[in-house]
Amino acid sequence: MDQLLLNTGFPILSVLIFLPLAGAVLLLLTKNDAICKNITLLVTSLVAILSIWLICGFDKSSAQFQFGEHYSWINSFNINYTIGVDGISILLILMTTFIMPFCILASWSYIKTRIQTFMICMLIMETAMIGVFAALDFVLFYVLWEAMLIPMYMLIAIWGGPRKIYASIKFFLYTLSGSILLLVGIIWLYTANNYSFYIPDMMWQDYSLTAQTYLFIAFFLAFAIKVPMFPFHTWLPAAHVEAPTAGSVVLASILLKMGTYGFLRFALPITPEATVVLMPYVLWLSIAGIIYGGFTALAQSDMKKLIAYSSVGHMGFVTLGIFVLNIEGVEGAILQMVNHGITTGALFLCVGMIYERTHSRELKAATGLGKYMPIFITFLAFFSLSSFGFPGTNSFVGEFMILAGAFEFDTSLGRFPYLALAAIPGAVLAAAYMLRMLQKVIWGGTDNPDQSWISDLNLREIVTLSPFLFFVFWIGLGPQPFLDLIHTSVVQLLDQFHAHQATTVAANMLLN
Amino acid sequence: MLFLPELTLLGAGLTLFIFSLGKPSSGKIRNLALSLAAVTFLATMLCIYSEGTLFYNSYKVDFFSQFFKVLIALATFIVLIFSGKLDGIKEDIQPEYYLFLFMSVLGLMMLVSSVELLAIFISLELSSFAVYLMVPMRKAGKMGGAQVEAGIKYLLYGVVATGLMLYGMSYIYGLTGSTHLGVIADKLSRMYNQPAAVIAVVLVLAGFFYKLALVPLHFWVPDVYEGASNETTSFIATVPKLAAVALLIRIVTLVTPDGNVMTKVLMVCAIASMFYGNLSALVQTDVKRLLGFSGISHAGFVLLGLLTFDLTGYATAMYYIVGYVFMNLACFLVVCTVAQNGNNVSIDDLTGLHKRAPLLALTLTVGLFALAGIPPLVGFTGKFMLLVGALKQGYLLLVTLAAINTAIAIYYYLSIVRITFCTDDADRGSVITGRFHYILCFSLILIIIIMGTIPQKFIDITTTAVQTLV
Repeated sequence: MDQLLLNTGFPILSVLIFLPLAGAVLLLLTKNDAICKNITLLVTSLVAILSIWLICGFDKSSAQFQFGEHYSWINSFNINYTIGVDGISILLILMTTFIMPFCILASWSYIKTRIQTFMICMLIMETAMIGVFAALDFVLFYVLWEAMLIPMYMLIAIWGGPRKIYASIKFFLYTLSGSILLLVGIIWLYTANNYSFYIPDMMWQDYSLTAQTYLFIAFFLAFAIKVPMFPFHTWLPAAHVEAPTAGSVVLASILLKMGTYGFLRFALPITPEATVVLMPYVLWLSIAGIIYGGFTALAQSDMKKLIAYSSVGHMGFVTLGIFVLNIEGVEGAILQMVNHGITTGALFLCVGMIYERTHSRELKAATGLGKYMPIFITFLAFFSLSSFGFPGTNSFVGEFMILAGAFEFDTSLGRFPYLALAAIPGAVLAAAYMLRMLQKVIWGGTDNPDQSWISDLNLREIVTLSPFLFFVFWIGLGPQPFLDLIHTSVVQLLDQFHAHQATTVAANMLLN
Repeated sequence: MLFLPELTLLGAGLTLFIFSLGKPSSGKIRNLALSLAAVTFLATMLCIYSEGTLFYNSYKVDFFSQFFKVLIALATFIVLIFSGKLDGIKEDIQPEYYLFLFMSVLGLMMLVSSVELLAIFISLELSSFAVYLMVPMRKAGKMGGAQVEAGIKYLLYGVVATGLMLYGMSYIYGLTGSTHLGVIADKLSRMYNQPAAVIAVVLVLAGFFYKLALVPLHFWVPDVYEGASNETTSFIATVPKLAAVALLIRIVTLVTPDGNVMTKVLMVCAIASMFYGNLSALVQTDVKRLLGFSGISHAGFVLLGLLTFDLTGYATAMYYIVGYVFMNLACFLVVCTVAQNGNNVSIDDLTGLHKRAPLLALTLTVGLFALAGIPPLVGFTGKFMLLVGALKQGYLLLVTLAAINTAIAIYYYLSIVRITFCTDDADRGSVITGRFHYILCFSLILIIIIMGTIPQKFIDITTTAVQTLV
């Protein structure tokens, strides 16, 4: 347990996790829609404010898990309630807590039916999402990881678009079947580690390469489907397109990050040798995702679909950054996870706002809005620029670091810069599809539909979007505070990773 | 005192018999049956810690048996509550229906205490024959003669299973010269790897495989589930399974752990049950039939606990079957309530249930997600512990196949959830639910969630229960 700094004071992490759940229980008591909305907004904002505590108390110079809490849960199987935060998870938790209130704000007038159920689903989602990032017990992690499927399924299946049934079932089946083998892997690790589910105990152990390979495949299936990596991405466009705005935002900003978080937290430390062996395949799949996502996005006429496919490309960059296994790459990947959460979340909010007005997600129906919605267009333009990594915005920093990492990519055969070169067209494609969308929405052509009746954003919508814009520029212009938070953990992760490689290589040489 | 629950049931049976001679009203007889069930439940609770043996050591009262008796009484009570006025049963024979129901429960209670082959046989037959009669007592209604067909099928398959079991018992007697389980265990332990012993034990197990609906003795399930009235199916799908698992545990403990062949036999049955049940359930449209097939796959999961041949495994199997009974009760509660005039419920009949009866829709959803094994509900915790137990013994392939099965099963459970929660139908009227239903729904939901999230207490209880066996 030496990796875990126990929190003796106020149990801030547990409060963050369970406050939304308590809010959900509270909602059961009322049937009034307005009260439901207000309570949910209040609870999520409170969680967001409380989570600032995490940054204040977080020791940047330590790679340990901080704010740790440890209680016994199921003794007979040595399952505990163990939670903690390190540099890899802290930004993701903060992103979760900060995005949730704005999801609620965005649903204020969008969701018209069964508001109570909707808010309960959102609150349960928040509990599960924060819990997944904080869990240090593998069973706790898995329980929350799976439990999340129910509210998310409901979000898509009840408040979704015309093909919601198809999309929700596809989402559920895909994600669940992916994580089934993860469960078997978890239990195998439990038996291999003296019957312990404590995640740090499982790291950096000398499992045989065969075992590691199977484990890695189990991890990979679960996480690659969640990311989603090409060719496991097909559930994503369906789910994104059909989900209500808040659902799309949660899905894009937070749920997808769980896949990449899983790679960092589990695949690298638990199966280091297998990671090295299978790394090339993952890297080329990432490149395939970047290029494929870009080309497909270019061909979309549905705005949500366009952003969904752009997500496939962006997440390809993230996995690329993780698996080049150097500091620039991994730090860039973590930063890019946050960036993608902010930018894509904001873009989905924008499309949702158009949808509320025109009741269509078709690009054709939304052309020529620039004249009538100047405020909206300003936001949309900045988010689009951010999406394709325009210098000065957040994604530029992230993508730059990932590409820098990719250029430095070292293999046993020496440098391999072609990987980064292969990813470059993806960045160009991103500019192409984003600018194409932007051009159409702002100016369109001579055959624009009559948009003169459309009203610009109201105050609530401006309040919803502004913080996203703020972070776009903050991370774009001054990313250092964010990188400081993650630096120590990433350095330690990679140091241990390479040290572990060295010892195994040494051991193999001795054997030969 | 040792025999109090059984005596109570016997008394209940006699009371109902007297009433069946007259022509009591449907409501009156229902209240009577409900109170008798409640009294039985109290009696079992009262005797939960009693210990001792009766009838020349052929009847053992210990925590294991008493625990199962409590559950049997509780599950019966719950089934009776949501059965309402027995819409599916002809009115003039309702007292007899209750009479047979109580007799069947009596048989099951005696079964969990029996430690002697003949006692086991008699109790099993008592419980089965009563149910054979309950199945065809359904109103003809829309079904035509299906209820009779179901009854006959149930009887014939049952008789075959019993025959197999008796044959196995004769082998055991031949090998050991005794019908008492204690003596048998002792003697069998010296010849566990003899083909005759293995065949004998497997044949005896067959009788309970039948009750639990495990492949290859599952053929009766779909037709009986569909043909029997909703109330009868609710009973068949829950209460006898408890007793079957109790007896399976008792008999499996006869086998020495390194009985390698036994493990393989159970393993094959487990995997076959899971795949058969889940794959067949995928294409069902009748809710009861679907739950029947899902029951086959769940029975396969229970076997995962038994084939580990260790105490934790048995305890988990117990935990799982208890959880399964509650999940199933939640689903059948909805089926019985939604059914109109005691007709069968197809998946389409659940359209828009969230509007017509929000609480029922929630109960069904929780029950189905639990059956599907989604955390944090009891189905997940049970499955998880079973998988852990099996993998501890090194059965990686088995665990992987079982895990794949959970993924298959999701689809059909989800398709019901989808219908109940995500469709609207203005044409169908709202469902009338009584006050009892509210309490029952909430309690079942709570049990399913609590057993799933804080299972330690339940595991402790089942472990203590299993420990009394050895």
